[in-house]
Amino acid sequence: MASSKRETKQYKVIGTRPVRHDGADKVTGRAIYGADFRVSGTVHGKILRSPHAHAKIKSIDARAAEEHPGVVAVVTGADFPDLKDKIANLGEGAVNLAHLGANVLAHHGKVQYKGHAVAALAALSPHVAEEALKLIKVEYEPLESVTWVLDAMKDDAPLVLDNVFTKSMGKKSDKPSNIATHIHFETGKVDEAFKKADVVIEREFKTASVHQGYIEPHVATALWNEDGHVTIWTSTQGAFTARQQTAELLQIPVSRVTVVPCEIGGGFGGKIAVYLEPVAAMLSRKCGRPVKMVMNRDEVFEGTGPTPGSFVRVKLGATKAGKLVAGEAWLAYDAGAFPGGMIGPGCMCVFSCYEIPSARVDGYDVLVNKPKTQAYRAPGATQAAFACESVIDELAEKLGIDPIEFRLMNAAKEGTRRVDGPVYPRIGFVETLEAARASEHWKSKLVGKNRGRGIASGFWFNIGLKSSAAAHVNPDGTVSLVEGSTDIGGTRTSVAMQLAETLGIPAEAVQPRVGDTDSVGYTDVTGGSRVTFATGLAAYEVGRDIERQMRERAALLWECDAAKVESADGVYRANGKSITFRELAGKLDETGGPVVGRATVNPEGSSNGFATHIVDVEVDPDTAKVTILRYTAVQDAGKAIHPSYVEGQMQGGAVQGIGWALNEEYVFDENGRMQNASYLDYRMPTALDVPAIDTIIVEVFNPAHPYGVRGVGETPIVSPPAAIAGAIYRATGVRMRELPMSPPRLWAEMNRGSG
Amino acid sequence: MATVYIPSQWRDLTGEVAKLELDGGSLGQIIAALEARFAGIAQRACDADGIAAGLAVSIDGAIASRGLRSPVTPASEIHFLPAIGGG
Amino acid sequence: MARKIHVATTINGEAVEFLCEARQSLLEVLRDTLGLTGSKEGCNNGNCGACTVLVDAQPVDSCLVLAVEAEGAEITTIEGIARDSQLHPIQQCFLEDAALQCGVCTPGFIMSAKALLDRVANPSDEEIRFQLAGNLCRCTGYDKIIRAVKDAAGRLAASGQKPAAANPNGSPARRGQRQRT
Repeated sequence: MASSKRETKQYKVIGTRPVRHDGADKVTGRAIYGADFRVSGTVHGKILRSPHAHAKIKSIDARAAEEHPGVVAVVTGADFPDLKDKIANLGEGAVNLAHLGANVLAHHGKVQYKGHAVAALAALSPHVAEEALKLIKVEYEPLESVTWVLDAMKDDAPLVLDNVFTKSMGKKSDKPSNIATHIHFETGKVDEAFKKADVVIEREFKTASVHQGYIEPHVATALWNEDGHVTIWTSTQGAFTARQQTAELLQIPVSRVTVVPCEIGGGFGGKIAVYLEPVAAMLSRKCGRPVKMVMNRDEVFEGTGPTPGSFVRVKLGATKAGKLVAGEAWLAYDAGAFPGGMIGPGCMCVFSCYEIPSARVDGYDVLVNKPKTQAYRAPGATQAAFACESVIDELAEKLGIDPIEFRLMNAAKEGTRRVDGPVYPRIGFVETLEAARASEHWKSKLVGKNRGRGIASGFWFNIGLKSSAAAHVNPDGTVSLVEGSTDIGGTRTSVAMQLAETLGIPAEAVQPRVGDTDSVGYTDVTGGSRVTFATGLAAYEVGRDIERQMRERAALLWECDAAKVESADGVYRANGKSITFRELAGKLDETGGPVVGRATVNPEGSSNGFATHIVDVEVDPDTAKVTILRYTAVQDAGKAIHPSYVEGQMQGGAVQGIGWALNEEYVFDENGRMQNASYLDYRMPTALDVPAIDTIIVEVFNPAHPYGVRGVGETPIVSPPAAIAGAIYRATGVRMRELPMSPPRLWAEMNRGSG
Repeated sequence: MATVYIPSQWRDLTGEVAKLELDGGSLGQIIAALEARFAGIAQRACDADGIAAGLAVSIDGAIASRGLRSPVTPASEIHFLPAIGGG
Repeated sequence: MARKIHVATTINGEAVEFLCEARQSLLEVLRDTLGLTGSKEGCNNGNCGACTVLVDAQPVDSCLVLAVEAEGAEITTIEGIARDSQLHPIQQCFLEDAALQCGVCTPGFIMSAKALLDRVANPSDEEIRFQLAGNLCRCTGYDKIIRAVKDAAGRLAASGQKPAAANPNGSPARRGQRQRT
């Protein structure tokens, strides 16, 4: 089934679908991912992890491990500098380094989740390393643990950390608490507005911890050289942030650390915080050899950063005619074992699709004995949208208004003021609703028993932040580009395409590569839906720089003023003469030498990504298994640079959302220990679980980018759970308010007869 | 005069004033002007290194990237928000 | 430490010998001993398919095969799919149809697809999804992968390549079962 888009400008390269530049290496197995990297002399590191959800560490005795003939080094938290409460700005926000360090390797005599790293060693083979781990003797005193966010908020809950006080935008409470942050937004006169509403619906929702699920486990190889320089080859969403985190945790200057990003096998937000890099570096320092560390799959589940589980209460009030007049949301999100969860964006996203004149949001970042949460594609937004979109669905139904019409009536547009304050610039939410309404899917009839259709919308800010790039012109008219964004999904090509478009040359004429921290200027993470937008902007500026220089060269050749030379579509003209970029590239030597372009950008705006998803389901009345019959994702991409990869983001995010909606969850026993830390029991969708995902790309030009680009990567994961819940309701009469809507849960609700 | 929106959680210091107009060419000057009106706000907005950790400042819809030196114009609209990133 | 075992096998058409410990998987030996890092480790317990190779033409999770079982077998890995500097139609279709994003699951998918298309000329979407259900992808949502395999089937048919005789069950052998004559 086709995707369609509205063209706003005619481009030569943008909007086409070239084969990606790194394609041949990726389909032949030649591409070097972190675990594929080899350097001679490598030894293998492994981590010993806590078997308890919450415990004091009474002692660690590693002597037997140290004496094992195959073991070359052992480290514990005591080997790392004590960072007190130093805060570092890591580009995406502030991080408490003491907490980061304690998460990497337990400090201060405590473990806070099953899987918390306690010690590490390096040995001659991975098998020997795993065996030798058993020789490290750790004495624990188990403590009471808490894993449900509401339980952790109670006054008598066991404290996950002893020295955390509730912060409320700069104010600090005086009693230690598991509540690390309280956020509050308020606009208008909320209580009055609810009183005036004709209909009010208030509902509570729960979601479980889910993991990003990238197929490639975390990996890092570190070499602490004889000259004190540390080189790290790693799978990361940000070489520069990995460098900074590692340098901070080791307390060495950033200039002594080089991070070389390997090809990366998925991240989705989970490979921004470091886990292995500092440990591998410290082990390397101790043994003088490169140390390679690769996580097992169960370590990925238990020792990295799932997204928050949550409790969300949403109340919405509307007039009979369908106008939203009041909103209230109360959100409690897992922070996990350390503060700094996704509650901020959750609070900012919960009502972000709508114009609600009076609204109030309260959000809580809550410590629990689970791994420290990390970003998972639009972090915090999916949980909030599950709640809000489900209430919107009920409200529209109660008022007898079509779900798309209801959303159109209340849709956020340019000029709408968000509940957290700022006003939207030009955005494309309405356009996604209109495209959904006009879609074949929405217009088709769904026939058959036990079937239902749902629809939901979603939003993510998308960020800008810093990107750097440089490029030089080769004599044959090709351009070699180096940029700093690790490529998780094909972005080196969409960035190269923007440079190609700017220069008027074919996409194949640009050779992009991702540089390491010594080879390219500072670049923020590959995440936040920023790369095609911000690194693309850097590539555009590089193109402008090169173009200016090429015009000067043409002017030299033609002995005229550079201001007289015009360039368009890769052809330079003045006074009736013309020369192509390629021809001019062959004359650089004789006109002065190489041409090198460079740029660094820091765009401040959010590109604001909106989506609307439609899903048809069938529910087996006996087993409560939900089959996705048909799925359509509509999203505003601003401008789809490479439509195949924009479609890919929409499809991939939708399927992650389907997994989140229907099957994925961390199952804990009564002692807070994860029971299903494998791909067998942590059930992600397979090819057989989902149909084709149809996509409709809407293009509402983003005025903050020369090619109109809006980030697209994260928004697709926001709507699926709510859309599927709506479909299940229409198929069964049951409104599910807990994720995942797995067969046991749905079956129980279907047979309780509630609605 | 720039329009500064006071976040709900700071209104205890401003006597429930939610919005006001202030003079200043930079974010630092705006915060100084805020502090002059409502003592204690600067401590909420800033720490030793500049804008407080975990806080972002939106100036005309864009997140300020130059800290306290970020330029502010008479037509600017300023909001204080939790810092967000992405995944 | 146990003595290493000598194994003689054929990999991508070439005679190969290696020494391995009894406990080492085929995946580990391919990657760490033989330097064939195209097969990836995603879970090491047979649930993700990133390590898929063909053993005597059957697709298997090489993390579940002991290296010693390679003795006398014919093994095909992702490194053996392209020939004479030409990508195989499956590889070409994966690229043209943008059926990969991070690419780490791609070698496994290509191997499973090859096993399918070597035996079935014109598989339906449903059959493709069934045969590839043992390969997990987290990035693409599978849509473009299925299209790529469908396109590859078409390309193979157009070039006159016929699948090998189907096995007696009428469909590709289930993973993990090897039939040696």
